[in-house]
Amino acid sequence: MSALLAVYWKEVRENLRDRRALINALVTGPLLGPVLFIMMMNIAVNRELGKADQPISVPVIGAASAPNLVRMLRASNIDVVPAPADPEAAVRDQREDMVLRIAPDYVQAWNKGQPVQVELIHDSSRRDANPLVARVRAVLEGYAKREGAMRLISRGLSPTTAWPLQVADRDQASSQARSGLMFSFLPYFLVLTVFLGGMYLAIDLTAGERERQSLEPLFVNPVARWKILAGKLLAICTFSLVSLLLCVAAFSTAPWFIPVDKLGIALDLGVGFAARVLLLMLPLLVLLAALQSLVSACARSYREAQTYLSVLMMIPILPSVLLSVIQVRAEPWMYAVPLLGQNLGIVQLLRGDGMTAWQVGLCLGGGFAAAFVAIVVTAWLYRSERLAISG
Amino acid sequence: MIDVRDLHKSFGDVRAVNGVSFTARDGEITGLLGPNGAGKTTTLRMLYTLMKPDAGQVLVDGVDAATDPQTVRRALGVLPDARGLYKRLTAAENIDYFGRLHGMSPGLLASRRDALIDALDMRDIATRRTEGFSQGQRVKTAIARALVHDPRNVLLDEPTNGLDVMATRAMRRFMRQLKDEGRCVLFSSHIMQEVAALCDRIVVIAHGRVVADDTPDALLERTGKPNLEDAFVSLIGTDEGLAA
Repeated sequence: MSALLAVYWKEVRENLRDRRALINALVTGPLLGPVLFIMMMNIAVNRELGKADQPISVPVIGAASAPNLVRMLRASNIDVVPAPADPEAAVRDQREDMVLRIAPDYVQAWNKGQPVQVELIHDSSRRDANPLVARVRAVLEGYAKREGAMRLISRGLSPTTAWPLQVADRDQASSQARSGLMFSFLPYFLVLTVFLGGMYLAIDLTAGERERQSLEPLFVNPVARWKILAGKLLAICTFSLVSLLLCVAAFSTAPWFIPVDKLGIALDLGVGFAARVLLLMLPLLVLLAALQSLVSACARSYREAQTYLSVLMMIPILPSVLLSVIQVRAEPWMYAVPLLGQNLGIVQLLRGDGMTAWQVGLCLGGGFAAAFVAIVVTAWLYRSERLAISG
Repeated sequence: MIDVRDLHKSFGDVRAVNGVSFTARDGEITGLLGPNGAGKTTTLRMLYTLMKPDAGQVLVDGVDAATDPQTVRRALGVLPDARGLYKRLTAAENIDYFGRLHGMSPGLLASRRDALIDALDMRDIATRRTEGFSQGQRVKTAIARALVHDPRNVLLDEPTNGLDVMATRAMRRFMRQLKDEGRCVLFSSHIMQEVAALCDRIVVIAHGRVVADDTPDALLERTGKPNLEDAFVSLIGTDEGLAA
């Protein structure tokens, strides 16, 4: 035990003196996720909100022939501006988000009580223009409905005759669930933090030691190799745990930087959430430390280990991408799959649904089982004769 | 005392060590001399249990290295071919780390470390980080950390490699001191002057085999040559890979 601790303390002390390892564990690792996340959220939120509230200007063809319609648009905060000569081309070339075309015979048809056409010229493949089009469409449809009702009343009919079906939205998503949907990438940032926090240590403690030729003298000491490995793994886990703690703390400040109230969503990233996330991430901490050590024990040099690990870093993003693209119904076995289980669990916590005991159990059980296998394989690799020999 | 009996080790088709036997006694300096690639480092690596021999036996103070490697390692102080130090730790911290791995008590460790720092004349570098150390300073630190647990048997793989004249002389003085303390000192070298100047007994290795194992005088007598250099060349059959 004392030898294991000797390895542990030496690795911690040595790496506290390494600026690169420290910056990774204390700054880049923990802050990269939250900063990226807050930026992404702010851009998304402002794009949605900006188009809903702010006055917009829409080019209108034939505005002079429909003064009432134009007045109504202005009242709805939509400014009417002169349209370009070639509206279709202008929209296609993205010079305009959309153009509204009012038919030349608008006034005659309107006065006769006949239907009349207005055209919305837009490009539905341009996602950033879609909220604008939807807003103009809603304003126009509201106006049409109101005018229609007026016509019915003037003929002595109840407006409800023309609207036999009333559709009402009853959204069952809680406000937290709505935010959870947007937060499906948060688990990836947590995993990334753990990964970055321990990465430099993992490379340094195996591939680095071999490259600097200090592994051979180390193995000459009367200490079982598994104890040396255990001390090193413990040091890696300590660094990545500190990173994770800092990251969760940074995330808990996220609601101050994201205009959550404007979105009508609740965001609870407080102590209870943080504690549960830490518990779920514990097996991943050990698993990633073992995997990183395994990879750098296979690599012939520091640089090679770095290359392999940056490829390995891509793997944790898979569940996040999968879950955000495909709407998967969570099956029980999924919780036992490392990474996927954590992803499901954390998103569930974000939605405010909580996790049942068996879900947490599967998450921890599957994670620790995978970590154990990774440790056994790494220990086996550590026993090989070739590992120590650098030349 | 180190007893080596008929060691064999192959890497693929290459027979690096092909039947090496010799004995290194306490209170003597035994030199392992051979050209580059003769199998010296591989033999030493099997002695300090980093590699398992394909066949043969290593006994250190009567303990079989194959059955009880931990006890053997505890009885050995090793300066391996790889001298890597921890560059973000000071020389003293490097020494302390190995002492702790040997399970030494803090008091014993401190007194032993200080004694070695004085013996190796490295007081001025003890509290400096080892990054940027000269070759001589690195070897001193590596030897101090190898001997911190006061081992009876000392294995040194090319201890004077890369050292300047002053450092080499200091190293020789230190090795004689180890011998006078009654330790068993075994070192490898491809430098004849060195072996001639230090050894009580010389084991000459070529192509993975022992070609001679005797005192320097007996080697001269056996080969009938006027000096050791000619004696070695005649034993090995070529002067390739040897340095004067």
